Amino acid sequence: MDNRQKEIENLKDYKYGFTTDIENTRAPKGLNEDVIKFISNIKKEPQWMLDFRLKAYERFKQLKEPDWQKPKYPKIDYQDLYYYSAPKSMKDKPKNLDDLDPKLLETYKKLGIPLQEQKRLNGIAVDAVFDSVSVATTFREELTKQGIIFCPISEAIQNHPELVKKYLGSVIPVTDHFFATLNSAVFTDGSFAYIPEGIRCPMELSTYFRINASNTGQFERTLIVADKGSYVSYLEGCTAPMRDENQLHAANVELVALDDAEIKYSTVQNWYPGDKDGKGGIYNFVTKRGLCKGKNSKISWTQVETGSAITWKYPSCILKGDNSVGEFYSIAITNNHQKADTGTKMIHLGKNTKSKIISKGISAGFSDMTYRGLVDISSKAANSNNYTQCDSLLMGNKCGAHTVPYIKNKNSESNIAHEATTSKISEEQLHYCQQRGLSAEEAVGLIVNGFCKEVLQQLPMEFAVEAQKLVGISLEGSVG
Amino acid sequence: MKEQLQKDFDNTVRNLTLSQKDIEIKKFYLDNFINKGFPNRKEEDWKFSDLNQIIKKNIGELSFYSDYTSTNKVDTSAFVDGLEHNKIVFINGRIEKIDFDYEKKDQIEIIDQSETINKFNSNSSLSDLNSAFTNKSFKIVVKEGYQLTKPLIIYHTTNSKIWSKNINLRLNFELYENSSLRLIDLFKDTSEKNFLNIFYNFDLKENSVLKNYKVDKLENKNIKYSFNNIEQDKNSISETFILSSGSNFCKNEINCNLNGEYSSAFVNGIFSINNNKHHEIRTIINHLTENTKSYQLIKSVLEDSSRAVYQGKIFVNSKAQKTDGYQLSKAILLNKDSEFNAKPELEIYADDVKCSHGSASGSLNEDSIFYLMSRGLNYQQSRELLINGFLLDVVEKITDPEIKNLIKNMIGIKE
Repeated sequence: MDNRQKEIENLKDYKYGFTTDIENTRAPKGLNEDVIKFISNIKKEPQWMLDFRLKAYERFKQLKEPDWQKPKYPKIDYQDLYYYSAPKSMKDKPKNLDDLDPKLLETYKKLGIPLQEQKRLNGIAVDAVFDSVSVATTFREELTKQGIIFCPISEAIQNHPELVKKYLGSVIPVTDHFFATLNSAVFTDGSFAYIPEGIRCPMELSTYFRINASNTGQFERTLIVADKGSYVSYLEGCTAPMRDENQLHAANVELVALDDAEIKYSTVQNWYPGDKDGKGGIYNFVTKRGLCKGKNSKISWTQVETGSAITWKYPSCILKGDNSVGEFYSIAITNNHQKADTGTKMIHLGKNTKSKIISKGISAGFSDMTYRGLVDISSKAANSNNYTQCDSLLMGNKCGAHTVPYIKNKNSESNIAHEATTSKISEEQLHYCQQRGLSAEEAVGLIVNGFCKEVLQQLPMEFAVEAQKLVGISLEGSVG
Repeated sequence: MKEQLQKDFDNTVRNLTLSQKDIEIKKFYLDNFINKGFPNRKEEDWKFSDLNQIIKKNIGELSFYSDYTSTNKVDTSAFVDGLEHNKIVFINGRIEKIDFDYEKKDQIEIIDQSETINKFNSNSSLSDLNSAFTNKSFKIVVKEGYQLTKPLIIYHTTNSKIWSKNINLRLNFELYENSSLRLIDLFKDTSEKNFLNIFYNFDLKENSVLKNYKVDKLENKNIKYSFNNIEQDKNSISETFILSSGSNFCKNEINCNLNGEYSSAFVNGIFSINNNKHHEIRTIINHLTENTKSYQLIKSVLEDSSRAVYQGKIFVNSKAQKTDGYQLSKAILLNKDSEFNAKPELEIYADDVKCSHGSASGSLNEDSIFYLMSRGLNYQQSRELLINGFLLDVVEKITDPEIKNLIKNMIGIKE
């Protein structure tokens, strides 16, 4: 057995499916003003933050849950969820990593995320979020030297209120759609990053999300602000234990890029996808939106979506500044009974704005995948360009692959090009590989990796390797 | 609108000889329509064209009752010259003439279905409106093995006698084994501010061939909706060509069910619109069995503040292996106020398929204009030449040479 196969053997089952036995502090079950006040209180938040939450909650009460999406799910009882859960040991925030509960350290070690800085292997600054709180952020001092702020958002609310006040809700307003508004009301923690003017962030920033407690919704909020001329690359990873019930994850991510700034946001999403019969798994209903506020700014989303029972998200770019650029690279893989409805929105408002969408979807087993995207070139966005390519690969005739692009062009000086294909792996390709000594499974792995290559190339090195492995594992058992 | 509908409905029914049961059925459709109203942008299918608003803005109050007791004079000078053809003439929604002079009488059957109300394969409120108010509907049957020697032209004529009226038409066609029909829908409107609501149903049996050409070229201020439902059996072929140009608002919908193996559907369309016109083509091709094929090509040239919408859907169910589906939409925006919206959709449940779509929109290519101008054409000529070539591509897809020439002449496209 060669290495790759061994690896696959090891990983065949969802290896992040363990639970950490740890004592939790929870908010009372259900959603009401008192719970919001409880969260705000436990975070020692200032009044303006509580007002922000309550305003969102007022709005939330008027909103109806959307139902236009392709994957349907049983109704979620929002009163039957815990909106806050944190390890007890986190009540008084530990000063440094040595004070951290060893069980937490152990968990992250198992997940392959070294929190202890002496063990730094890959030089990535990590903010680790466990259920509703951020447990540790590494490399902070080094970053502070350059003026970069990278900390849990709950800390930022206290230490940098002027920044948070200015940008929180500026891209995803409190009055946005159902899940975003719910998040605005009850978000618990997440990461905050601010890159000052002219600074190129020397290392990758990263957040690692972990859901542990059962019956809990995870609602984090990430806010990244890149000031003029700065650059940051940000990674996000996620896992959850195997449980029979479905868990809700409704995060909000806001990116703001000012003049000449660039943000690169990469996600490898590997939430628990449910078992072979589609039992359990995470509902990943995330709102991600980037605003290219300044001229010449750039936001690039890269995502590898392999987990979750249902993935329903559209990382978007609002290209407001002139000459700004938005990019979206995505691989979405669904197997067994997983469902995904994902894509992007590119909203061109400024002149000379450009966007590029590359989406690769692979569905196998009984799964169902939809690419849904919007390209909207407004009448003022003169000389703008969009290129979209979405390809789908089907394995077996029990799965589905759908493409639903919305294309709006209101400017005669702008061009939009869109193409999409759906096909299966051709017999010739398989035959060719097998003739050269690869097994059927290896051949499929090779072809799929080639199919995804355009997107995988966009990922930072460390992630690319992991993602490539994930692509192989997710399709395990779908051949033949 | 509700009282108006009730009143007009009572008047319409009074002029028909219907049994109590049929009136009940018509009433059921009327109630459905009253409940739903005209489609608006909240409905996904009408996302880009809010008919409710368009009718409100352009017509205001509609009247649903038309007096069909007196005949209209058929103006023979309006008939197409230089092409012998069979005719069906509608004037202001009243059927004035059906003649199949060039065909064997026993091979074509015309059945008056006015007194049978058959449910239409559509959930839209417009089909309810149509079912409630159509006064005459016919079924045209082409017998087994018969191929019409001449094309059939349906003249849709309206004149200034009608104003703010809703007109509902319905025709059924049945093509038996090995038969074929060429059908041209020709719109001639000199009226203003009416809403035409047209439903066709085509039933294509094994090996039959249907060619349908819809030509709406004359400038007019009417609002049109036309729905074609096409059921296709084994080996059958349907070809639809749409020239969408004249009306203020026009939406053509094609719903095609490829039920039999080796059946194929072709939809080609041209939008050539100016001023404030708003046109849409929506197609749904359902591949329901193995080895079926569909091909769609839609090209648009948009001037002034016109707006075109193309919504195309290819559906492939899990049995329909070896499906070949293709869809391409291209648009040229000539003015900064023009707008093109597209939603090319694929919904696929089978793996051994070849499906793709492409959509592009943008301005005329300045490099091409420069090239032509450097060869001595002026700007206007170069522009016309490029647009001409762009649209010619679609007209060339017409498989019938006679009709291809007719349509080329009609829209002034040169080779």
